[in-house]
Amino acid sequence: MNNDSLWTIFLNASLVNNFVLAYFLGICPFLGVSGKLGTATRMGGAVCFVMLVSSVCAYGIHRLLVAIDAPYLQLISYIVVIASTVQLVEMFIKKISPALFRALGIFLPLITTNCAILALALFQTNKGYDLLQSVVFALGAGSGFTLALILMAGIREKLELATVPDVVQGTALTLMIAGILSLAFMGFAGVGA
Amino acid sequence: MPGSEQPVIRASSTDDFIKGLWRENPVFVQVLGMCPVLAVTNSGINALAMGLATTFVLVLSNALVSMLRHFIPRQVRIATFILIIATFVTVVDYLIQAISLDLHRALGAFISLIVVNCLILGRAEAFASKHSVGRSILDGLGMGLGFTLALLCLGGVREILGSGSLFGVALFPAGFQPWIVMILPSGGFFTLGLWLLLFNHLKRRRLAQGLVREVAS
Repeated sequence: MNNDSLWTIFLNASLVNNFVLAYFLGICPFLGVSGKLGTATRMGGAVCFVMLVSSVCAYGIHRLLVAIDAPYLQLISYIVVIASTVQLVEMFIKKISPALFRALGIFLPLITTNCAILALALFQTNKGYDLLQSVVFALGAGSGFTLALILMAGIREKLELATVPDVVQGTALTLMIAGILSLAFMGFAGVGA
Repeated sequence: MPGSEQPVIRASSTDDFIKGLWRENPVFVQVLGMCPVLAVTNSGINALAMGLATTFVLVLSNALVSMLRHFIPRQVRIATFILIIATFVTVVDYLIQAISLDLHRALGAFISLIVVNCLILGRAEAFASKHSVGRSILDGLGMGLGFTLALLCLGGVREILGSGSLFGVALFPAGFQPWIVMILPSGGFFTLGLWLLLFNHLKRRRLAQGLVREVAS
């Protein structure tokens, strides 16, 4: 059992130990979908939703696995739950907004292999959060991910107008910016501890 | 004629192995599987352990996917691949726990997270589901070692600058002031960015040289 207050958990997950900039989770969508502000926001929303659902499911599964004493099934059952949640979200978005579906493209099914989501499920189990704490943890992690994605997209949209040496363009430049962002997020260390 | 086919097969299987090391290096050229690359490379030993664990999973999952490739229905192939990968990752997780508890603690959740390394799923989908078992194993081995090499490149630089040592052996005299920023998360981004920059530069130079040669001939 873990006695952290909900506010602490939220702050920790979103700012201090930001999933993208401190734990390096979900780097692929972070580099891939952060070109445009609009797409980045919606991708963040989709990831938040999948995180919430899979966090609740992972909590249930963990209780079940403890009950039947089969911890070695943890990883396999988590990934199955996440894959089916992503499938659900995909069908939902396709129905509601085909334009968004096209904009997210390959990155939507790839949420399955977004390590941030599996990591969330594993972390909440390791830390022994109860159901409410897990949900808050998922919300914090999701908003932290969205925040990092939006910040990055904002910077990259401005960079389109700047002159950059040819060699640095592409992933190398994005990684440099991510490094500077990560340095900035270090400033949050100690908040909410 | 089986005899005359032999050299052709051997040449292409060497290529299956070699291409992952450099020409199609998963990290520097394909930019796949970034999360563990950045997260566990704060020291050389962590990088090596992570690289070898990933290679192990990659080789075994490639082999199994290739063996089962005629039995897996196309619609559910991704789910099946992930289940196969998850099984081997569970094996590795318990294996590392048995070998060294310290290492297991240092790598933390990132061993479990090998499941979602896009490199492994990518190889299962792009190579193992279409080729024979032998070639898939070679491909997995090549890609895995290429991945390990890249991890070592990052882990080495970060440990040398960030802690002044390599694989735990101190390299500098006592007066050396370690660059703490290199072992912090931002150092990972910077180091990888610089490596990619170097690779871009090399690629462009080779391209330019090729053009010059073409014009000259």
